[in-house]
Amino acid sequence: MSDLYNVSAAPHIRSPIKTNSIMRDVILALIPAGLFGIFNFGLRALLVILATVLSCVVTEYVYCRLMKKPVNPWDYSDIVTGLLLAFNLPSGIPIWMAVLGGVFAILIVKMLFGGLGQNFMNPALAARVFLFISFPARMSSFALDKVISPTVTDFLRDGVLVLDGVSGATPLGQLKAGETVDLLKLFIGNIGGTIGETSALALLIGAAYLFYRKVLTPIIPFIYILSFAIFALIFGGHGFDMNYILGHILSGGLILGAFFMATDYVTSPITPKGQLIFGAFLGIMTGIFRIIGTGVEGVSFAILLGNLLVPLIDNVTRPKTFGKERVKGVK
Amino acid sequence: MTYMGGIRIHEGKELSKDMPTTVLLPKGDLVFPLSQHIGTPAKPLVSKGDTVLVGQVIGEADGLVSSNIISSVSGTVKAIERRLMPTGKMEESIVITNDNQYNKIESYGQNRDYMNMSKEKIREAVKEAGIVGLGGAGFPTHVKLTPKNDSKIDYVIVNGAECEPYLTSDYRLMMEESEAIIEGLKIILRMFDNAKGIIAVEDDKPDAIEKLRVLAADESNIEVQALKTKYPQGGERQLVYVTTGRKMNSKKLPADVGCIVNNVATVAAIYNAVANSMPLTHRIVTISGDAAAEPQNFKVPLGMSFSEIIEAAGGFKVQPKKIIFGGPMMGNSMYTYEVPVTKTVNALLGFLKDDAAVEESACILCGRCYFRCPLNLLPMKLQLLGLNSEDEKFVELDGMECCGCGCCSYICPANRSLTQTIVQTKQRILEKRNVQHELYELHKDHAVNE
Repeated sequence: MSDLYNVSAAPHIRSPIKTNSIMRDVILALIPAGLFGIFNFGLRALLVILATVLSCVVTEYVYCRLMKKPVNPWDYSDIVTGLLLAFNLPSGIPIWMAVLGGVFAILIVKMLFGGLGQNFMNPALAARVFLFISFPARMSSFALDKVISPTVTDFLRDGVLVLDGVSGATPLGQLKAGETVDLLKLFIGNIGGTIGETSALALLIGAAYLFYRKVLTPIIPFIYILSFAIFALIFGGHGFDMNYILGHILSGGLILGAFFMATDYVTSPITPKGQLIFGAFLGIMTGIFRIIGTGVEGVSFAILLGNLLVPLIDNVTRPKTFGKERVKGVK
Repeated sequence: MTYMGGIRIHEGKELSKDMPTTVLLPKGDLVFPLSQHIGTPAKPLVSKGDTVLVGQVIGEADGLVSSNIISSVSGTVKAIERRLMPTGKMEESIVITNDNQYNKIESYGQNRDYMNMSKEKIREAVKEAGIVGLGGAGFPTHVKLTPKNDSKIDYVIVNGAECEPYLTSDYRLMMEESEAIIEGLKIILRMFDNAKGIIAVEDDKPDAIEKLRVLAADESNIEVQALKTKYPQGGERQLVYVTTGRKMNSKKLPADVGCIVNNVATVAAIYNAVANSMPLTHRIVTISGDAAAEPQNFKVPLGMSFSEIIEAAGGFKVQPKKIIFGGPMMGNSMYTYEVPVTKTVNALLGFLKDDAAVEESACILCGRCYFRCPLNLLPMKLQLLGLNSEDEKFVELDGMECCGCGCCSYICPANRSLTQTIVQTKQRILEKRNVQHELYELHKDHAVNE
């Protein structure tokens, strides 16, 4: 019989938006911040980015091969994880450490829990915190000066940290010490920090693209930043000091975290109500870590804690079915 | 007003919307399945060798929820046997050899003073004419027009949304037989003293809206509403909500919230049956899709083979990868078009590629299925529960409320078969419930016998 048609259950058409096109959009949205990081911190930053991306991609591939799992059409989610991890690392980090972070993110946080869609924490952030706890000194030295003339071995082993010798106070440190900060500089990003977090401008351009492409909805990032701002207003001890509040919003990893890490589909709530609770929780936790706690940065910890609450939030914010009066509670 | 969720999809209507309806005459045998409606199959009134006329009742409604089957040609009964349907099922059917004379029954085409007919007479005429919901559901219309309490009906809604992509049969009807729709609605309104008529049309058909508005200008209790173009705007629950603000769940009928909903084609059929004594013998079908050589609309007799219609439409440009009876969102794909036109089939679409033939990948919990679900369900969770046979949980998360519109599967970036699994699970649970019920009945009888 020559008339062989496909037969399947309805619907028979599919939207052109696929997982990999979403991931591709996220990658495109991260490019401005990545380029700015390279401009700000020199080619060393590019090397770190390449190291984390490659280690993520290779880890996922090797894992699938070893575990005899089908190597699916490439969804690019490993590239996103690699990029986000690099953005959360200082440019002076030794390359082996960056690679270790990439392997940790993919192998431990993502694949061992079942791969894409199953991880309960943001892999890039979990790896960042893992590195932060393991190598606190390395992870909190934020070099701004560019590489001078390292030998190849120094370069790979130690990074540029020893060579440029500038660790410089970060804006968050300055804020904590009660100093004022240059907001324009903060907004543009010509400051110390991790590779991808410094330029609010570049990050916001990327985020705007994701909103335009409807990859992201604005609830989580805006509620996160708003609730943090309110927290800073009440508990910051500076009252209505725009320099203090905006300084806090623009520095550290808040913009990167709010727009690109907290909004990770897998580790954030599904319903708008849940996203509202999640965003507010992140804002308050970041405020506690940054302003009340002894450390200077709190975004990573706040988001990871928030990730752990997502199943709970999803359960209590179950949507009401159309035409049904009340949804029964969970057993 | 609009409802939450729904999708905007590539319409494909431009292919056939401006093609006026062509009337086709059948060549070969005509096949009339006894079950082309929801409810009990009709009982055959003819046997092999009998001669039949156009408009003759050849199958009689059996029981309360059932419908008459009417011959669309004159000729002889060739056989009563099981034939393949556009749904893929085999159904007991009356096969008639066309004598090409088109001799009609006596009453056929007689004008009736429909504005002075009693409610019972109108219902009787609708029942006699074998009219069922022509939008696709096939619910017997005379049953729909007989709610528990006529006076509690305050809206009669005519569904002209035609929200499925590619379909243009309702659009052509609205353009070409708009008077029949308005008059048909007036007939229905005569049965419900407190009701207001609403003709609801998606706003991508401004000319149809305009045309109906002009015709309804003098009718104080008929309103033509333009709806946002969004799938599934024509879904019953969505339509009732956007036109009246009333919400229904799956256990409710429109009549429970004071509404009667009928498709435009059904309403036109009511007019023809009541005013002109013309039973339901024809319908409009769209032939379209990117594989169709000349996408267009035909008015065809029920029972005619789709292969003849495809031939009249110039065939397919290339062998299509997939053929679908009905729209691409809720229609039925088939392995052949050697099947008859039934009351509920509104289109045959041919596609060069099969969008649905894709590998599923992991759910990334993006929530798109939830945001698009017009019923506010969580399809990604329901699918997993369905796959794991966690039926109790599935019911608890309102999986049984799913209307099968297909939005979740359409939008899923991981190509997951959400609608497919959920609809299947729903059916499985319903079957299980029936079996349990039967077991209970058996047990009860047994206990009594002892």
